[in-house]
Amino acid sequence: MEPISIEGTPKTPTVNFSADTGKIEIKGRSIPENSIEFYKPLVDWLEQYSSGPYQLTEVNVQLEYFNTSSSKCILDVFKKLESIYKSGNEVVINWYYEEDDEDMLEAGEDYQSIIKIPFKMIEIEE
Amino acid sequence: MFNIQNWFDDINDGNIVIAYKGEITSELISDYLELVESKLDGKNVNPKIRRKVYNVLVECLQNLYHHLDIIAINGDSNIKGKYAAFAVEETESGFKISTGNFVKKSKIGILEEKLERVNTLSKDDLKALYKKVLNNHEFSEKGGGGLGMIDIAKRTGSKLDYRFYDFNNEYSFYSLNINVFN
Repeated sequence: MEPISIEGTPKTPTVNFSADTGKIEIKGRSIPENSIEFYKPLVDWLEQYSSGPYQLTEVNVQLEYFNTSSSKCILDVFKKLESIYKSGNEVVINWYYEEDDEDMLEAGEDYQSIIKIPFKMIEIEE
Repeated sequence: MFNIQNWFDDINDGNIVIAYKGEITSELISDYLELVESKLDGKNVNPKIRRKVYNVLVECLQNLYHHLDIIAINGDSNIKGKYAAFAVEETESGFKISTGNFVKKSKIGILEEKLERVNTLSKDDLKALYKKVLNNHEFSEKGGGGLGMIDIAKRTGSKLDYRFYDFNNEYSFYSLNINVFN
């Protein structure tokens, strides 16, 4: 499976998805006006990946800002990962937030309460 | 009679970080977000407040972009297309974000209902509603998820201060102020 590698812009995140290593990374800012357009290929990739995932899928999400329209798309990404987890594969989500960014920690906890995958909340020092 | 220039002069007063009135495009939003970010960096604002102001402004500007009603006024060539106005002001207690745009009068009822619902909810209720709407699978064609106002109220802990000014038979001017307190 071809990996996804997208460079970040002021409104969209850096994305690296690799089926060979099971590493999924979303990093930076996600504030596009139309987030469905940006996230649809990522959700489609995961759909295909779910038919033969790596033994451990490690997901790293390190966002500085995301808008509410991205928040639904990120949930769609997590739901695809949840179905991979539910089929008996290992999945872990590492949710990074800056040390005093309570809103970002809370956002991670909201996802954690909806998605039944092990989450790790990781504080990064500024 | 409502006068946009007077309204804009009112919000464009005090310690202004940014102010704009005119057409709203995706590029304009990018430019002003970049501008506000560099200005807040220069002011040495607490990162927590800086992030809240930025997040609220993103939601406000994208709300304008997705939802404003396009208006054409005979005899006024300045007001056309996706017209709106916004400002960010530094206040004694933090920052105030103001936006203004035209809405069709027929839409006011439903909009006011949404705003009032958000304003009556406690912090915990807002959190619960946010999670419910996040997880309800609905998405408008415009890409908004109906979460913007809930998110703003949840982040800022302040009430949405809104008003509808009568403009003409068909349109009202919808003014919204949001305070981010230090």
